Amino acid sequence: MLKLEEISKVYRVGAFGGKELHAVSNVSFNVKDGEVVSLIGESGSGKSTIGKMILRLISTTSGNIIFNDANISTLSGGNLKEYYRNVQGVFQDPFSSYNPIFKADRVFRLIREEFYPGTPDREWDAKIEDALCAVGLNPEHVLNKFPHQLSGGQLQRFLIARALLLNIKFLVADEIISMLDASTRIDVLNLLAELKSRGLSILFITHDLSLAHYISEQAVILYRGCVTEMGATDHIFDNPVHPYTRMLMASVPRLDKKWEHGVVDLKEKHAAVTGCCAFYDRCPIADKSLGCDKFQPMLTEAEPDHFVACYRHVER
Amino acid sequence: MSLQVDNLRVYYQTLRGDVKALDGATFTLADGEIMGLAGESGCGKTTLGHSLIRLALPMRFIEGRVTLDGEELPIWDTEKMNDFRFKKISIIPQYAMNAMNPTRKIGRMTAELLGSRKVDFKDILPELKRRLDLVKLSHDVLDMYPIELSGGMKQRMVMVLSTLLDPSLLIADEITSALDVSSQKAVAEMLVEFRNRKCCNSAIVITHDISILYQIADSIMVMYAGQLAEKASTETIIHAPRHPYTKLLISSLPEVGVKYTERRLTGIPGNPPLLLDPPVGCRFRERCPIAFEKCIEIPPFVEIEPGHFIACWKEAGTHAQA
Amino acid sequence: MKKQKKKNEFLYFTLRNRKLQIGLSIILFFLGLAIFAPVLARNEPFAYVNLRGAQPPSSEYWFGTTFFGQDVFAQFVLGLRATFLVGAIGGGLGTLIGVLVGFTAGYRGGIVDELLNMLTNIVLVIPTLAVLLIIAAYLEVRSIFTECIFIGLTAWPWAARAIRAQTFSLRTRDFVDLAKMSGMKPLKIIFTEIAPNMMSYLVMTFILQFGGAILNAATLDFIGLGPTNAVSLGLMMQYAVLWGSLLLGHWWWFIPPGAAITAIVGALYVMNVGLDEVFNPKLREM
Repeated sequence: MLKLEEISKVYRVGAFGGKELHAVSNVSFNVKDGEVVSLIGESGSGKSTIGKMILRLISTTSGNIIFNDANISTLSGGNLKEYYRNVQGVFQDPFSSYNPIFKADRVFRLIREEFYPGTPDREWDAKIEDALCAVGLNPEHVLNKFPHQLSGGQLQRFLIARALLLNIKFLVADEIISMLDASTRIDVLNLLAELKSRGLSILFITHDLSLAHYISEQAVILYRGCVTEMGATDHIFDNPVHPYTRMLMASVPRLDKKWEHGVVDLKEKHAAVTGCCAFYDRCPIADKSLGCDKFQPMLTEAEPDHFVACYRHVER
Repeated sequence: MSLQVDNLRVYYQTLRGDVKALDGATFTLADGEIMGLAGESGCGKTTLGHSLIRLALPMRFIEGRVTLDGEELPIWDTEKMNDFRFKKISIIPQYAMNAMNPTRKIGRMTAELLGSRKVDFKDILPELKRRLDLVKLSHDVLDMYPIELSGGMKQRMVMVLSTLLDPSLLIADEITSALDVSSQKAVAEMLVEFRNRKCCNSAIVITHDISILYQIADSIMVMYAGQLAEKASTETIIHAPRHPYTKLLISSLPEVGVKYTERRLTGIPGNPPLLLDPPVGCRFRERCPIAFEKCIEIPPFVEIEPGHFIACWKEAGTHAQA
Repeated sequence: MKKQKKKNEFLYFTLRNRKLQIGLSIILFFLGLAIFAPVLARNEPFAYVNLRGAQPPSSEYWFGTTFFGQDVFAQFVLGLRATFLVGAIGGGLGTLIGVLVGFTAGYRGGIVDELLNMLTNIVLVIPTLAVLLIIAAYLEVRSIFTECIFIGLTAWPWAARAIRAQTFSLRTRDFVDLAKMSGMKPLKIIFTEIAPNMMSYLVMTFILQFGGAILNAATLDFIGLGPTNAVSLGLMMQYAVLWGSLLLGHWWWFIPPGAAITAIVGALYVMNVGLDEVFNPKLREM
């Protein structure tokens, strides 16, 4: 359904754009019909940039994003609108997603104005009711209110309902539950799972490994804009191969076992590097003789449906 | 006994009336104890932490007694608290990264801070350097401006600063929430290390992330809607909680290894009450699956087993009646 | 229901704010004088009505008469009209251009932003006075209207810069992305999503531009670059000084226009501070 082919995003920074900042480098992966793919990364990994590129909110520097055989970077006007009919996004901060001076249901009205201008009132109201029910909201409780009168969880569901009005096929969910409270976040996550079982494809962007494991069958791990490891979620979690993934797994706080001491490295990550493996300066097993300091390794297959970008792995 | 808090009540003044953000908290903190303070946003955990160190407008002291190492803290008087702040009780603020003056070199800022507490920078420099080693920061940072440090480094620098005078009580307010997973672990473990080395006697760690608390805290206190729900050892709270809110909260947490296809977690239906006009009785009543008539009265926070406190009529049973 | 409450709260703070009360009453007072000028002025402003020349205020000539025996009060109330006209048109034009440039630069960003920024900076450093001298040399008859246009065309850069900065921070908000994903066109996004969030800012920009235009006009008039075929407060002061009212002690000739300009501009700035308090809850006096 959605195919990323070698997409990159380079920002020019500094005086006269003399410096290049590689936010995303040659990232490729697919999202199939009715599949949830988790895009996992820490801050600055480029995960949100990828989400915004898919939503055409940021342009790509190179590479193609193919949605149902159409290259989305060439879309404009009516075609772009048609694309948004199929692909929508929900973002991290529920409050910043609403214009604070208008009522929350304005997001529905905009959809109506732009996509369903001729729909009669009654039909439209029924449609809204269906969408709200699908996300588990009671129309009476949430319609005709200002954003600050609703809770974060309600606002995020509201946005998902907005996307459902368009009968979308693909949803970019960018950290949508990281700002919600523990007792409500799991319900939103379950809602995504439910939508997935009804055939929706989801790109679930997160920094939280446990959430990714809970909901997705495919995962992509990003570090400094490069894919370090990707494949079936179970494979990656049961058998992490890349040293970065291993470090992540060791540092994530769990409720079933305590941290092992002494594996933390305190080397600070700097802005994206070029000309070596993205993880080279923090890697405990880097080996110059393999070229870790020269090139970013390609993804190679570690086992079926499990790919790793690490020279040490190839060696083993 | 390091800290003792009795019936502490702190409200927020707003145009529409008082927000009862902390309504009667009674608990103790043992010597050397790291207590996690957990709860959802707006449950009063930050209010509790801040009122112990700087109770300023719009916060308003209503009643309560706070005793630290046998000495009563005048928390209602921000002026008088100056004698205690930083020396006896200290805080690592939530946005520690922005807590430093950007125009001062870190060394100079430290000297000024110490000067305001009448402590000589030179006397403390050797200890400061030892502490920097402890958090694996190079001594050069003293000659750097805050902007030259990364987020994790700043966080560690602020940790060193707040504990420089060996306070009895350290309050850590959401210190890990803005950090990446790897620095999160480093910072959390350093906090334990500080306690072990007596850089602080005991600590209160405020966070919404219970899994972090499971890693570092000795005990966990759960708050709900401005009141205490349960306090017990970390193992008890995670594996054998008694309060219905704690139970539901813990069971809603996704962990690595859980998949929705295998085990579907559920949240807690409903929303927390507004604290401007909170419901009478147990504030969890409306969302509670086991609520009964008695819950119309406020349940007392009683000890049902040694070190295990709970505010629930049903679960506390005879302890509450007595 | 809630909206009603919100509006009332806004109105409550507006009406309760002392600074706004003071500023607004001063402006309304002078505006009233200007509007009813034809009724209030009993003489033509340039007619030589008093044959005895300069006379101090009396019951017949409330503000006295000029060196030539013209009615100062008539000049004053009609001059107020010019002042408000310059404020409204000059300030309005300055705000309009500032808004257009600021929105475009801030929303589009990139090369458009850089070009507009360059233009803004160029206009900012152009020596206004020198340009005006040249224009004055070419135009034999200058009207208040040309003055307005000129002031508007030179005063917008400050507004543009401020609005650009605001737009810049607003356009990165998620709700703008959401509007884009709703298929909205950029222009619609600017006017329906971004502008409403800046209403307070735009109102204040207009007030500052209004005051600035009045002050600029007074300066131009006073140094003799004002309109040649009209009466304004600045021109009154110029004539007063030209005909030695300072030396001769004809204080009634220059004090009223000077005081009025000071009062109007001062009141506008006080209003600005007051509005700031109303719009920004953090500044509200408790």
